[in-house]
Amino acid sequence: MIEGILIGIKTALSFQNLLMVMIGCFAGTIIGMLPGLGPMTAIALMIPITYGFDPATGLILMAGVYYGAVFGGSTSSILINAPGVPGTVATSFDGYPMAQQGKAGKALAIAAYSSFAGGTIAAIFLLIAAPSLSKVSLSFRSPDYFGLMILGLTAVAAFSSKGNFLKAMMMCVFGLMLASVGQDTLSDIPRFTFNTMNLSDGISFVLVVMATFAMSEALTIILKGNDPAKAAKQISLTELGSIKLDKNETKKMVKTIPRSSILGFIVGVLPGAGATIASFLAYGMERNFVDEEEKQKFGKGSVQGLSAPETANNAACSGAFVPLLTLGIPGSGTTAVMLGALLGFGIQPGPRLYETNPEIFWSVIMSMYIGMVVLLILNLPLIPYIARILAVPRTFLIPMILFFSVTGIYLMSFNNFDIFLMIGIAVVATILRLYDFPMPPLILAFVLGGLMEENLRRSLLISDGSWSFLWNRPLTVVIMLVIILIILWQIYSGFIKKKV
Amino acid sequence: MFNNLKKLISLVFATVLLTSISSTSFAIDKLHFIIGGGAGGGWDGTARGTGEALTKAGFLKSASFENMSGGGGGKALSYIINSKPEGTVLVQSTPLVLRSITRHKGYVAGAGVLSYKDVKPIAGVIGDYGAIAVAKNSPYKTFKDVVDAYNANPKSIKMAGGSVRGSMDHLIGALAFKKAGADANKVVYVPYDAGGKALAGLLSGETQILSTGLGEVMGARDQVRIIGITAPSRVGDAPEVPTLKEQGFDVQFVNWRGFFAPKSMSSGDVKKIAKMLGDVQKTPEWETVRKRNAWVNIYNPGRKFDSFLKKQTKEMTNLMKELGVI
Repeated sequence: MIEGILIGIKTALSFQNLLMVMIGCFAGTIIGMLPGLGPMTAIALMIPITYGFDPATGLILMAGVYYGAVFGGSTSSILINAPGVPGTVATSFDGYPMAQQGKAGKALAIAAYSSFAGGTIAAIFLLIAAPSLSKVSLSFRSPDYFGLMILGLTAVAAFSSKGNFLKAMMMCVFGLMLASVGQDTLSDIPRFTFNTMNLSDGISFVLVVMATFAMSEALTIILKGNDPAKAAKQISLTELGSIKLDKNETKKMVKTIPRSSILGFIVGVLPGAGATIASFLAYGMERNFVDEEEKQKFGKGSVQGLSAPETANNAACSGAFVPLLTLGIPGSGTTAVMLGALLGFGIQPGPRLYETNPEIFWSVIMSMYIGMVVLLILNLPLIPYIARILAVPRTFLIPMILFFSVTGIYLMSFNNFDIFLMIGIAVVATILRLYDFPMPPLILAFVLGGLMEENLRRSLLISDGSWSFLWNRPLTVVIMLVIILIILWQIYSGFIKKKV
Repeated sequence: MFNNLKKLISLVFATVLLTSISSTSFAIDKLHFIIGGGAGGGWDGTARGTGEALTKAGFLKSASFENMSGGGGGKALSYIINSKPEGTVLVQSTPLVLRSITRHKGYVAGAGVLSYKDVKPIAGVIGDYGAIAVAKNSPYKTFKDVVDAYNANPKSIKMAGGSVRGSMDHLIGALAFKKAGADANKVVYVPYDAGGKALAGLLSGETQILSTGLGEVMGARDQVRIIGITAPSRVGDAPEVPTLKEQGFDVQFVNWRGFFAPKSMSSGDVKKIAKMLGDVQKTPEWETVRKRNAWVNIYNPGRKFDSFLKKQTKEMTNLMKELGVI
């Protein structure tokens, strides 16, 4: 293994490969910032470029693009509430409020540090435990995924404070309803498609996010007349762009990062989950860990609420390499494209990859460390400048947000219908926002709802219609018990609070 | 005056002729591939592999790919039919024929139904045999073992596949069980939304067998044992894999994969792409891609392809009625 690591370091540190990591990270960051374009598009764009490279170099370039895109996606989430990548939606829950309070630079810095730490810690896990972790990839079955999705849904609690419980639940149900539109993934039967093919594939996730977050936020600002630039102007530009964290904030992050990294990595290892689910789970879990005072801040600019999902989504991206490299199983569209590229280089992934192509396995892992450092160096000095976007007068900023939302969604599907659908949902969301309905529960339910249903129905199919799958396997039982505990704890703490 | 008019007319004709020539002789150097399924699936591999070979062998300057999953490829098909994008081809396979037989109404605006007749067939390029696989540590060594276990307890065998009920993956397995004398409709089929996830399902132990294309399991040959393929004889790229036929189950099925154009594409362009797809199969670049995926070359362009599709529609209709799917 030491020998392999040395080969990896040597390969990854060659001039060409270093250059590839930098190009990959840079291109990925830019693509990730643009709403609608995700890591998958970025990697697919890179494949023709990698022809003629040797496999390790090609894979290093693609890996760089991958985590670069996830890194870059957080910027637009924090600044304009427009998550560029699904994995960074949870980042906007606390990142955007923080930026609105004039702490944009700080929020971006927290995101950058968390991403760096999450990615690096996960790469260490990958280094020491990848072979044995392939067992974890295969230990989850449909009932466990079903449980995992419910666990993710409990994060809704973060948005149901101060008498908003009913509203949060209503938005949750609304999200579940939106998720059920489209052709059923198990039996191919169209549901709520109103006989139009435009809806037969369901409503795209990016569309819902852009409509309920970016667009409706922009519309609310217009209607309410609250100017994000005003808040930014009141404090000096230097302060807006300041990336300094105080001692207290650093202390909080030191607690958050390790647990979020572990969670993110494990969820990333599961072929049926991924970075988006990892970030939601980390957000929900973090809220259960922090003290009462911090809990109240969740959704309103909490340091830990921002740090947890950012750490987890980067850790999950590294985790996704476990099933890809050791089993040849792609967990997401992004890793499927990479698997195709691997096979394209004539490499057979699997447990024997270490023996047959050690230079590839180890150099990819080594390039992750280098990539994380490159990303941090690339991003930190730019933050003060990027943060100043918020100082742009709203007469320019708002049209820009609307423009990028519309073009972003069109670039995804090349379907005019999607633009109208997005505007429609944005208008509904804006009205709901004016009546203080929180949007994050809708997104949570929308993402998790589809997967939850699919895994539930598959479980039932496998168990011949019996519900015994809920308690037949220890893993499922543990997940279900955790869910019950969390719910009971919420009820209990709510009860105690009322009494006092 | 008359002379002038003549000149004018000939000038107009010349212009029309020239523009038409220039437009048809305009070289196709870029192609956009629409893939009706997620990345990593069979269509995805076909489109990306073909694009790769075409670019590497110098037939195209660039190839771009777009995954448009949903409704078992229905979304991509309706996109090609309704949006008629330029310079774009759609990768499709046997499911297109199945869809033309079973499809529900409502994919297209109005009550129209989607069929391969709504797009222009360019050429069939490859075929992939169906494969039945089990996990490496599975007690089942042959397909007969699976059938015996199924006959003893039908609930003990769950069959995974990378697509919805009534899809190709489902049909391959159902057909094999039918030929073995079992009631194919009673075999529990567990659909996943991608080949990779179905594979993970098989390896996690929640399903006992996986029914899918041979190409889809080639990437995981270290983890699975392929216990039977639907080929007439063993294939050169995986000589250790037995056919179902040699085990006494006469199941033969080839899933063709080919390319289709929107109706708006000129016949000249369709022919050019068809020729390109045929010529590329003679290059070493194609051979690399083909070998990697264990594809079987079946180049089938133009009219021949069209009549093949009609014939397959007839055969499949009978088969599906027999299986009780329709």
